[in-house]
Amino acid sequence: MTVMIDVKGLDKEFGGVHAIEGLEFSVEQGQIYSVIGPNGAGKTTLFNLITGFYTPTRGEITLNGESVVGMDPNRLAERGMCRTFQQMQICMNMTALENVMLGRHLKIRSNLFTSMFRLPSLLREEKACRERSKELMAFVGCGEYINTEASAMSYGALKRLEIARALAADPKILLLDEPAAGLNGTETAELEELIRKVAEQGVTVMLVEHDMKLVMGISDRLLVINYGRKLAEGTPEEIRNNPDVIAAYLGG
Amino acid sequence: MFDRFLEWRMNYVLVLAIIVFVIPLLMENPFYFDLATQILIIAATVVGLNLLVGYAGQISLGHAGFYGMGAYFSAVATSAYNWPPLLALIVAAAVVGLVAWVVGRPILKLKGHYLSMATLAVGFIIAIIINNESQLTGGPDGMVVPPFSLFGWELSTFGLYSLLGLEIPGHVAWYLVAGVLLLVAVIIAQNLIDSPLGRALRSIHGSEIAARTVGVDTARYKSMVFVISAVYASIMGSVFAHFTGFITPAIAGFDYSIVLITMVVLGGMASPMGVILGAVVLKLLPQFLAGFQEYETAIFGFILMATMIFMPKGFYPTAMNAIRNKLGKSSGGKA
Repeated sequence: MTVMIDVKGLDKEFGGVHAIEGLEFSVEQGQIYSVIGPNGAGKTTLFNLITGFYTPTRGEITLNGESVVGMDPNRLAERGMCRTFQQMQICMNMTALENVMLGRHLKIRSNLFTSMFRLPSLLREEKACRERSKELMAFVGCGEYINTEASAMSYGALKRLEIARALAADPKILLLDEPAAGLNGTETAELEELIRKVAEQGVTVMLVEHDMKLVMGISDRLLVINYGRKLAEGTPEEIRNNPDVIAAYLGG
Repeated sequence: MFDRFLEWRMNYVLVLAIIVFVIPLLMENPFYFDLATQILIIAATVVGLNLLVGYAGQISLGHAGFYGMGAYFSAVATSAYNWPPLLALIVAAAVVGLVAWVVGRPILKLKGHYLSMATLAVGFIIAIIINNESQLTGGPDGMVVPPFSLFGWELSTFGLYSLLGLEIPGHVAWYLVAGVLLLVAVIIAQNLIDSPLGRALRSIHGSEIAARTVGVDTARYKSMVFVISAVYASIMGSVFAHFTGFITPAIAGFDYSIVLITMVVLGGMASPMGVILGAVVLKLLPQFLAGFQEYETAIFGFILMATMIFMPKGFYPTAMNAIRNKLGKSSGGKA
């Protein structure tokens, strides 16, 4: 298997606070790789480091063998990385469909000139983009919201919409930050199904999640962190039986 | 048929065209034409500014600087160096675009108040340069601008022209030219908004984080829209210079920048019809405030404040929403 993401000696300090300390792990292509840990363990910080929103204090992150430390999120997107957020980032000034179409930004070749005069090449491209985006909305289960303003959609639907937008970029690796937060049981089951379908298409998925049932069910491997340090890493089975993990979670 | 018209993305342009071309049939006084032409020119300027402020969610408190730069470039190039006006206008737009790109690149990294302050400073610097380079610009006294001409054909408000067998006095001809320019400005702006580029711009307003995540180079797009809106201002500044025939540094000044931004906010951010309406209202207002001239800026400021508080979306979108809700309710009642 080829290594998709490789993290070595990763450190992040905020002032005097060590949010991430000496973290090492690697994610292989096609895996569903989950990061779990108690609140404040540094999971979202880790995601922000990988996706270019934070710059590490020390350490190395490679994506497909290329060092991506200090690279802007939009440069990472060009290299096939896309993500969703715990605090959803939806453009509320647009329709649902436009949000997904935005996801195809990098696939579109139009320029200022074709845009100003609305040349046929632009219209053709836009049509293809719209079709693909509609398909993706149906794929994630938001098919009925195509013409809805994003601001008029429910929380659960917006969560799926954000995934559709990320998928629109045809990512090689998709990072989902607490996708199940705030969802009910049925919605979580649908989400699990969706993540499986995404992974089946060959997309590597990284997941930060609190819902243990979901995480244990779908992950190929898990990373457990606590106070910014690696507590354990392994298959769901190994993690379930790891005494350190049990101690951290149950306070034993 | 009517439904298709309502759904057509350019429907308001047709309405605007009808309004623009019917108005001259109702007026005779050259003074009104002069005022109306000024409104059309300034409306086209704010349509450009709206791309930056309304759609991309960035602010410029120095936009009159670009307007003044275009006007003065045209004025100096045509009077002192005898350039053909069209060439001067195009070169002015290119130069202003370049200046906007060079200053825009670093300052658009700023957000909120910091960006306001930086753009404010850009406007001030341009106004100061125009004021001080009095050998070229005449300084605070202003300067005379030759009328617009193209291949020896001159467009002057005092001329007399014939179009399709009709005798058209110069002030009407200027009005029609400005009207066509406004329509072109609106159509190009709408095309940009409806393109993937426009989508990227709106996403910067909606969620810059989301935009970056899907690969939008937000710094580049912000600079791009800053340049586009500056070029709009430059072109309309050049046109204005030739139209009035006499310009002063006031058109590049801080007060004028505030007027421009007030037009956008009052009329309705992200609504072309709204900002045009804003231009109409704020340009007509001084005519009614003739007795309180000293308070003009204060009154503009007050209007800006009141709009932000009571109609944050601007007058036009608020009114349209109210009408739509009313229609929606009445049709709902019938069903």
